[in-house]
Amino acid sequence: MNAVFETFKLRAEAVSAEVHRFPRKNEALDFILHYLHDVGISETPQTGAVWASCPFLDGFDQKQLSSQLPGLSFDVNREASAEAKVGISQLDWAIANTGTLVQDAARVDQRLVSTLPLIHIALIRSDRLVPDLPSALSKIRPEQTNYISFITGPSRTADIERVLTIGVHGPEKLIIVFFDGVCDEPGRVN
Amino acid sequence: METKFRESIDKAVHNPNLTGALGRFSEAYRISRAKAYEGYDFEALRTQIAERKSYAASHLDELADLFTRNAEARGTKVFRTNDPAQVREYILNVARENGVKSVVKSKSMASEEIHLNKHLEAAGIEVGETDLGEWIIQLAGQTPSHMVMPAIHMTKEEVATVFNEQVEEGQEPDIPKLVKFARGKLRTKFLNADMGITGANIAVAETGTLVIVTNEGNARLVTTLPKIHVAIVGLEKLMEKFDDVVPVLTALPKSATAQLMTSYVSMISGPVPNTDGTPKQLHVILMDNRRTEMSQDPKFKQAMQCIRCASCLNVCPVFRLVGGHVFGKIYTGGIGTILTAWFDALKSSDDIQSLCIQCGNCTEVCPGKIDIPGLILELRRRLAVEKGQPLAQKAIFSVVNKRKLFHSMLRAAYVMQKPLQKGNFIRHLPFFLSDMTEFRSLPAIAEAPLRDTIKKIKQPACQEKIALYAGCLIDFAYPEMGESLVKILNKAGIEVVFPEGQTCCGAPARYSGAYEVAAQNASDNINALLANDVTYVVSACPTCTVGLKHDFISTFESLGQTDSLPRARQLADKVIDFSSLVKKLVDEGRLKFKEGQQLGKITYHDSCHLKRTLHATQPPRQLLTQAGYEIAEMYEADMCCGMGGTYSLKLPEISAPILERKLVNIKNSGAPVVVMDCPGCVMQIRGGLDKQRSTIRVEHTAQRLADELE
Ligand code: SF4
Repeated sequence: MNAVFETFKLRAEAVSAEVHRFPRKNEALDFILHYLHDVGISETPQTGAVWASCPFLDGFDQKQLSSQLPGLSFDVNREASAEAKVGISQLDWAIANTGTLVQDAARVDQRLVSTLPLIHIALIRSDRLVPDLPSALSKIRPEQTNYISFITGPSRTADIERVLTIGVHGPEKLIIVFFDGVCDEPGRVN
Repeated sequence: METKFRESIDKAVHNPNLTGALGRFSEAYRISRAKAYEGYDFEALRTQIAERKSYAASHLDELADLFTRNAEARGTKVFRTNDPAQVREYILNVARENGVKSVVKSKSMASEEIHLNKHLEAAGIEVGETDLGEWIIQLAGQTPSHMVMPAIHMTKEEVATVFNEQVEEGQEPDIPKLVKFARGKLRTKFLNADMGITGANIAVAETGTLVIVTNEGNARLVTTLPKIHVAIVGLEKLMEKFDDVVPVLTALPKSATAQLMTSYVSMISGPVPNTDGTPKQLHVILMDNRRTEMSQDPKFKQAMQCIRCASCLNVCPVFRLVGGHVFGKIYTGGIGTILTAWFDALKSSDDIQSLCIQCGNCTEVCPGKIDIPGLILELRRRLAVEKGQPLAQKAIFSVVNKRKLFHSMLRAAYVMQKPLQKGNFIRHLPFFLSDMTEFRSLPAIAEAPLRDTIKKIKQPACQEKIALYAGCLIDFAYPEMGESLVKILNKAGIEVVFPEGQTCCGAPARYSGAYEVAAQNASDNINALLANDVTYVVSACPTCTVGLKHDFISTFESLGQTDSLPRARQLADKVIDFSSLVKKLVDEGRLKFKEGQQLGKITYHDSCHLKRTLHATQPPRQLLTQAGYEIAEMYEADMCCGMGGTYSLKLPEISAPILERKLVNIKNSGAPVVVMDCPGCVMQIRGGLDKQRSTIRVEHTAQRLADELE
């Protein structure tokens, strides 16, 4: 597991993603809240954060989180996402040898929070890490969903003078947050 | 050749921004591509892609039906047509029915193929390209210069000017700022668009899935924000199984941009909800436009294996000089020439097919395993059949076909060249022929051809005999290369016979599309070379060797002359190139190098046919090392020297700069001698160095080795 994780981290960082890993969910949450605070999430326009509903949130009080951090919204729509600085969502699988995240993205909010804001925070359960593309495609198949998204690093272009430039249409920053399962709630794994 | 075409070449080779950017890119690409494939078995991977794509091409109809059924079952509307006009009509109808005022597109070459933008705009619909490079050239009113990097020919200054003039004043030539500006401007377009148009990289029949690959993320927005998504998918994108996605997705990013994976891949198998909760309208147009016909053509079927990675462009010595604009159409480079011939018209490829120098670089990297140069030759052949051959060419080839006349003319040329000759070179030719000597000197025709001088060599009587096929250049310009070969084989106790009936190998005719002439050359040579009882037929010219070993057979096959095949194969089995033969003799202990020699530095140039068709890169290097030379490898040793047979005569404006690069690399190796296995390369490189008055010696491997054996 650790070797596979290290490979993922290496590959993802090589394409300018940030990778973090926490043994517990609430540590992951703390990290995210701190991060949102640090980048100045607030209620003023262009500084909000949108968080698409996901299993990670189970057991957390969303109302309380919003009031703790004004500007953080769990009501994801087109306008809010277009205005937001940060989007947060949980992804379903991670592919180690390319540093890729994979998601059932049929729900539109999943795509809105990961395409429109400048920063995307991607949550992923550590046990959802697979070694390569074939293993990922054996887990998530088109029979199950109409839209599968693969995300590898932030949005990029080299269309002007072949100079790599990050953040053209999609996020300019991708922060990947692994969490190892739900140790604080014994017997339950999301 | 049309003057317009010549002018476009001239413009391209004299555009330093273009050739500079493409040149630097091709150098960087070679390294980064290799790195991306580290740990992968490229041959196995491309064999798998070729097999799966070829399967699909053989089952197009069936897969299109299957795709349609599966996609429709999930609510997608599928429309299939052979007619580009119907594609446009369909999209315009959808637009009208839904009151579409603005469209955002993520890159789709299929839509360019049918000039969709023009028609949408004519109907009053605003069309925005959203791929940054595509948007830039759309604003600039230009065509793409590369299939993957459409604006590679523009500098940041030019981009800033385009933005200033077409979008908003005040943009500085600073790349991150320009990108940010584009992001902001295009964001509004995304949010306001009523319809999104995309292509697809793969269409999976068994699941009705579209696979769309991008780096910028524009396809995700195009398929998410507007309420209607139209995908225009060429039939060649169909693949049978979902698992077929794996090899293509593994190769495409590595070959296209040397990435392990692109930033985004979307797999869409049916309509998804819109942002307001309504279901998206999803239309897939399966566009034929002669793809079915192509898949049924025994030669061109393999072009359906293309995954549009553009790596064939990136390694092409001609493309990196001229870029995409000279192709005049949406598809560019070698494969683009082939696609244009089919999707546009055969005659549209008339000029551009001549750009291919037949070096074969692309065949080494193509993930679809397509024989691009082979298909271009086939285009040439078909064009020659369709429009007949130019008169002058016909006259020349009819001479080549009469061996005795041809040979006596070459002898006469020796007398006529005298006033122009300086030493072994002709440095200037008068009149229209001067193009030929502008960038390199030409070899003088030898006083006596090899067919005469070989008779004067006292060969030991040996049991084993090997036939020498000289080829025109060695026979008439460089007999000393043949003499060296005789000397070497004699030392191994082998007598060299020179079948008098041998004539031109037919390469010039074949490479010009004159297959009948080539077939006649082939027959004459087969008769001459099979007449003696010999263990091998050896040639010191790789192009001739390829002719004898492969091209005779394929020429007969193309012309349906199956009767000639058995003897052509019989000859092919006996044919071997000079270095491979000598290496074999050394390995068998029949030849020995002088002990303990230290002969200093040399550099070796790989000739295209020797490397990429005969795959003999090691034998000459090993022989030279065993003889006592230290090989100082030059940069891009296996890059074409620009000779390409008659290419250097037809397109001197391209041949010259290719040679120029080669000469720089030779000089930078620091070696006082450059060695190669091909008399054609010797002619080009020696001529180029002579023009520059360089003291670097240029020799055939045979000449370098002849004196170093016991
Ligand atoms: S022909 Fe081969 S190398 Fe060229 S674009 Fe197609 S797949 Fe790529």
